[in-house]
Amino acid sequence: MTDTARSAGAAEPIPFMQRILDNPFILLFLGVSIPAVLYLMWGVMEVASIPVAQ
Amino acid sequence: MSASANAEFRTCPETGLKVHLPAEKLIKVNAVTAVIFLAVGGLFGLLVALTRWPAVHLLPADLFYLALTAHGANVLLFWIIFFEMAVLYFASALLLNSRLATPAWGWVGYWLMLVGAVLANIAVLQGDSTVMFTSYVPMKAAPHFYLGLIVFAVGALIGVFVFFATLVVAKDENTYEGSVPLVTFGAITAAVIAVFTIVSGAIILIPTFLWSIGLIGYIDPLVYKVVWWGMGHSSQQINVSAHVAVWYAIAALVLGAKPLSEKVSRVAFLFYILFLQLASAHHLLAEPGMSEGWKVFNTSYAMYLAVLGSMIHGLTVPGSIEAAQREKGYTHGAFEWLRKAPWGNPAFAGMFLSLVMFGFLGGISGVVMGTEQLNLLMHNTLYVPGHFHGTVVAGTTLAFMAVTYLLVPLIFRRGLVLNKMAQWQPYLFAIGVTGISLFMMGAGTLGVARRHWDMTFSDAVVSVSYPAGAFLMMGLNGVFAVLATLGGIFYIVVVVASILYGPKLGDKAAPKPAPAAAPRPAAIASYGSAGTLKLPGTAILVTVFFVAFVLYYYVNWKYLAALWPMR
Repeated sequence: MTDTARSAGAAEPIPFMQRILDNPFILLFLGVSIPAVLYLMWGVMEVASIPVAQ
Repeated sequence: MSASANAEFRTCPETGLKVHLPAEKLIKVNAVTAVIFLAVGGLFGLLVALTRWPAVHLLPADLFYLALTAHGANVLLFWIIFFEMAVLYFASALLLNSRLATPAWGWVGYWLMLVGAVLANIAVLQGDSTVMFTSYVPMKAAPHFYLGLIVFAVGALIGVFVFFATLVVAKDENTYEGSVPLVTFGAITAAVIAVFTIVSGAIILIPTFLWSIGLIGYIDPLVYKVVWWGMGHSSQQINVSAHVAVWYAIAALVLGAKPLSEKVSRVAFLFYILFLQLASAHHLLAEPGMSEGWKVFNTSYAMYLAVLGSMIHGLTVPGSIEAAQREKGYTHGAFEWLRKAPWGNPAFAGMFLSLVMFGFLGGISGVVMGTEQLNLLMHNTLYVPGHFHGTVVAGTTLAFMAVTYLLVPLIFRRGLVLNKMAQWQPYLFAIGVTGISLFMMGAGTLGVARRHWDMTFSDAVVSVSYPAGAFLMMGLNGVFAVLATLGGIFYIVVVVASILYGPKLGDKAAPKPAPAAAPRPAAIASYGSAGTLKLPGTAILVTVFFVAFVLYYYVNWKYLAALWPMR
């Protein structure tokens, strides 16, 4: 969006994507939860599922 | 706003930005402390390089590993994160024309970070915590080593929350309109990744501390590695986000450059937030305990989306500079805008060198290492430190050095002294770091192990010999490390001399022409795109990058095929 369009369109609804990008706490939630699940939890579960040597 | 509240602000004569004085103090103290830790860590780095230079072989084995531990902690954690705190306060309070939320908590965070960093250094220098930066269990450091890192991390977390609180204050008090400036958005990205980093560190370092004092009997080494790298690698992703924000900031301040597209640059930062931390998995690509699915998803799928983010920034930062230069009339041919860029300004020169070297050295090698099959060619060789000296030193450190040349007049209100030395500094440091990165990667490709005191294996029962080329590269690595150290010393001398003896600017703007001249506030503190894609020079530069990327990637597949030929 150009500066002009931005100021002219003040009454327009804010696009969904921009609302996400403008909310640091949604970004914080995404940025912590995604790697926590895909990297940390999945990784630790992989280690936990290794059979113990007899 | 009340008179007492107004008394806490000054208006910067150069940028017109409202500067919250308590925020300014915190920026100053964090930046100065960062530079001190850079000096300490850099000295240990020189000792490491001189020991790995076969003809010099300076330190005995025990001191080598001690120096390597101190080098890693001081430059990878303390220098970088103290400076990032300065960046976070700058990008929130100053760029949003806001007061800093709870400066008292900012000071609590600062003192905790300082106490933690000093405590960890004491533990290392006492000689019983030579566990290197990764401190893999079951190697055990002294309890105060882990405690120092934990206290440092708690302090950093407080600083990050002061940053988030400042965003809330600025929004509530309407100190800006619409979306935050792009540089602040980059700082938000860094802060988000910092939270994940610090939480990962707490999850693993607190039990490791308890293990070191005997309250826990056993820490699983593989769980340790998985969680530790959530901190260890993600901490370097804070750097990437912060230094990309610094690139945009310098381009805006020095040239008035606006991003080519705010939306595209923000989406590139969003890719960092969603995917960059997952690249931590590439440190575990050779672990038999981890499944192919976990490895391949986290590196060869998710990591490439983060790489896409970096490539977008690699297009939009030089593109925004070209657009700004063309607007000033530098339109002759494809590269007049680049030829007539302010190469004598250390802020610009350092930023552009950081951009190029981060892409060509750190970026390409990072993708190669993050590919599971190719990783086997260089896993745990000197290629790895070669790569991250391309990212953290050539990329982050050089970018932070560059922005310091703007912070000294803007924040410390002192003019730069020793201008010639300042002008040469980014080039000297860049040449040194390029050599370090390239020669370590070269030696690693020839199989030289990382973190090894003696590449001749003089006391080994079974003899191992590297090719002569590997010895040559380690010698050249030492020579270029000396050059980089000189560049580092130039930086510290210029910054310290300017802060102590530079002409006081008071309410005046910096004298012009100065190496760091004419900051332009509008582009850094507002939302807006350049709105052009007529950028032939940038298109050529990006094409050169892609050709180099593709060639190097396939050369490594060729190496792999030669190692394991198909019959």
